[in-house]
Amino acid sequence: MAAFLLKRFLWMVLTLWIVFTVTFFLMRAVPGGPFDGEKQLSPAIKRNIEKRYHFDDPLAVQYLDNLRRAAMFDFGPSLKLEDYTVNEVIAEGFPISASLGIFAMVFALTLGTTAGIVSAIKRHSAYDVGFMILATVGVAVPNFVLASLAVVVFVFQVHLFPAAGWGTVRQLILPALCLGAPFAGYIARLTRTGMLEVMGLDYIRTAYAKGLSHRRVVLRHALKGAITPVISYLGPATAGILTGSLVLERIFAIPGMGSHFIEAATQRDYPLAMGVTLVYTFLLFFMNTLVDVSYALIDPRIKLG
Amino acid sequence: MSAGTPSSSNTDHDQAAQQRRRYEELLREAESIKGVSLWQDAWRRLRRNRAAMISLGFLVLMSVSAVLTPLAPLQSPMASDLKNRQLKPPTLAAQTLTVGEQSLTDALQKFRAEINALKQEIASAEGEQKASLIKEVAERERRNHPYAALWHHPGFITSRLIDLRMMLFGNYSIPSICGSDGLGRDVLSRLFWGARVSLIVGIVGTAVSLLIGVSYGATAGYCGGWVDNAMMRFVDVLYSVPFIFVVIFLITILSQDDIKREYLEPYGIDQIMIFYVVIGAIYWLTMSRVVRGQVMSLKHEQFVDAARTTGAGGMRIIFRHLVPNVMGVVIVYLSLTIPAVMLFEAFLSFLGLGVSPPDVSWGLLINEGVQVITPIRTFWWLVLFPGLTLTLTLFALNFLGDGLRDALDPRMKNR
Repeated sequence: MAAFLLKRFLWMVLTLWIVFTVTFFLMRAVPGGPFDGEKQLSPAIKRNIEKRYHFDDPLAVQYLDNLRRAAMFDFGPSLKLEDYTVNEVIAEGFPISASLGIFAMVFALTLGTTAGIVSAIKRHSAYDVGFMILATVGVAVPNFVLASLAVVVFVFQVHLFPAAGWGTVRQLILPALCLGAPFAGYIARLTRTGMLEVMGLDYIRTAYAKGLSHRRVVLRHALKGAITPVISYLGPATAGILTGSLVLERIFAIPGMGSHFIEAATQRDYPLAMGVTLVYTFLLFFMNTLVDVSYALIDPRIKLG
Repeated sequence: MSAGTPSSSNTDHDQAAQQRRRYEELLREAESIKGVSLWQDAWRRLRRNRAAMISLGFLVLMSVSAVLTPLAPLQSPMASDLKNRQLKPPTLAAQTLTVGEQSLTDALQKFRAEINALKQEIASAEGEQKASLIKEVAERERRNHPYAALWHHPGFITSRLIDLRMMLFGNYSIPSICGSDGLGRDVLSRLFWGARVSLIVGIVGTAVSLLIGVSYGATAGYCGGWVDNAMMRFVDVLYSVPFIFVVIFLITILSQDDIKREYLEPYGIDQIMIFYVVIGAIYWLTMSRVVRGQVMSLKHEQFVDAARTTGAGGMRIIFRHLVPNVMGVVIVYLSLTIPAVMLFEAFLSFLGLGVSPPDVSWGLLINEGVQVITPIRTFWWLVLFPGLTLTLTLFALNFLGDGLRDALDPRMKNR
């Protein structure tokens, strides 16, 4: 286990380094720096400012300098948000995006597995058909279409939820539901398939033969065998939720990391864009590793390699 | 079996004829049994899957209508009318094509008369004057043509299709049954023109990912050893890169005016083409893994050894012998990639980072719909119709993909 984690850690450092390098050179490929704006600075002042921020160093020196700072989690000040360092922006945006993402994920998991189990046990019933139609719809409807329609219906027609903003639970519900819906659908389908496969196996018959209750067999024995595809889907799902939160934060005007990233990219706020990209890379890698570990914990036949 | 002991030449002859008849019968029987190829078998199974067939029909219909959009009696996707038609709900009120105050046919007539007059002048003019006149005609054709204002400088083929449409339908156009948007443009016609962009992105982007994924995966699988190891480690690393961010970077960089002017336009590359390539280039990862796995399991088969003994080289074995054999899996995976790519395009356009006006795509239309939502009034038709079109297309692609997966499943052979 320790060896596995160490190896993963090294791969993560490598990945972060590649992302850092690619992003760095991409950003520097843009002509015009952050100090070119509508208000033209006089060349001398601009030169001074660029010297202050080391934009006049050779590219290789800038690269090494930035890399060293980034390695110590110092991404410098934001170039567009007044009086903010990148770390402060991330520190503010991250909890918001994280709670949105976690909420969406929890919703997707609970609804998805419940619907999947019910569909599998009551196969061919109205529940099964209904849930599976819902799941197919959930998978096919893009989350921004869903969110746009949800805003039209639940905010402006029925007045059930506030339109946008952040801070209260009511403001969290609609974006989280829209973000989680596609994943709930997919998880429901995975759970159903897994349960159907497992319920026909010998060990389930054994469990019933021991006299265990139906509930106990399903929840303790069958589910454990059926859940592995869902676990391995959590990695891609995390990636999907990260990208999905970009649009949902925009539609619902939520001041999370996604909004900051889009702003930063279009406004050429290099350090902020870099910081957010690295955080997302780390998150993705972390979740993938977590998925692999939990995979091995659930299924003892799987060895961590 | 036993030719028999010849008692006489007559029975001998009889026996030979009998045997001949038997062989002929066998031959007829053999001819009546047809070998079923993998594809015939799959097609037969696909045809029985009703959802997949309906989806296939829907997609074919959609592609055909996207290709023939200029021919349909639609309104102009660009002509705006802020005064009379801004944000009007769906209506059946008749609408004709107009350029400014006059109808399109009149405008066309006037324009053609002008051009013809100029052409006559060219015929009589000489030397330098002639050259400048020719230039002027070309300039006018480009700038003042009535189509330019209504369809954003259509290309040659599109223009001829619009000519045909004018011949068939004149100034008639379908009323705004899907309403009109914030600039008074017809939503229905924008949906159709947007379909062209969205479908092309889906097809071209997927083709790029197919090309990269199959070559990469097949090479890695065939070479094996440390080459395979290195190539697949690289894919592993790329898997944990959040590509959307890199793509957003790339697109914001490439859509900057000075970059476009300096590096792209001289080579005739426009933003949308870069967009295709970028999208395709990030969707090849899973494809390459799948192909690699298949190739690894196939490369020790006898037909590969046979090819090698006839002197085929590595490249030839990969692309002539191995790749055709993994096509079944590749097609199934393709049917998953197309909706993913289309969704990605819509996603980026929705964020304002993809297709930029005056081009239209479904993502852009949904974004425009969301932009004009206010607490006082919601213009539901601006969100519903583009959203519905995109969703139905993705639905159809998903169903077709599921159907293909079942149909191409080798375990289902001849069932």
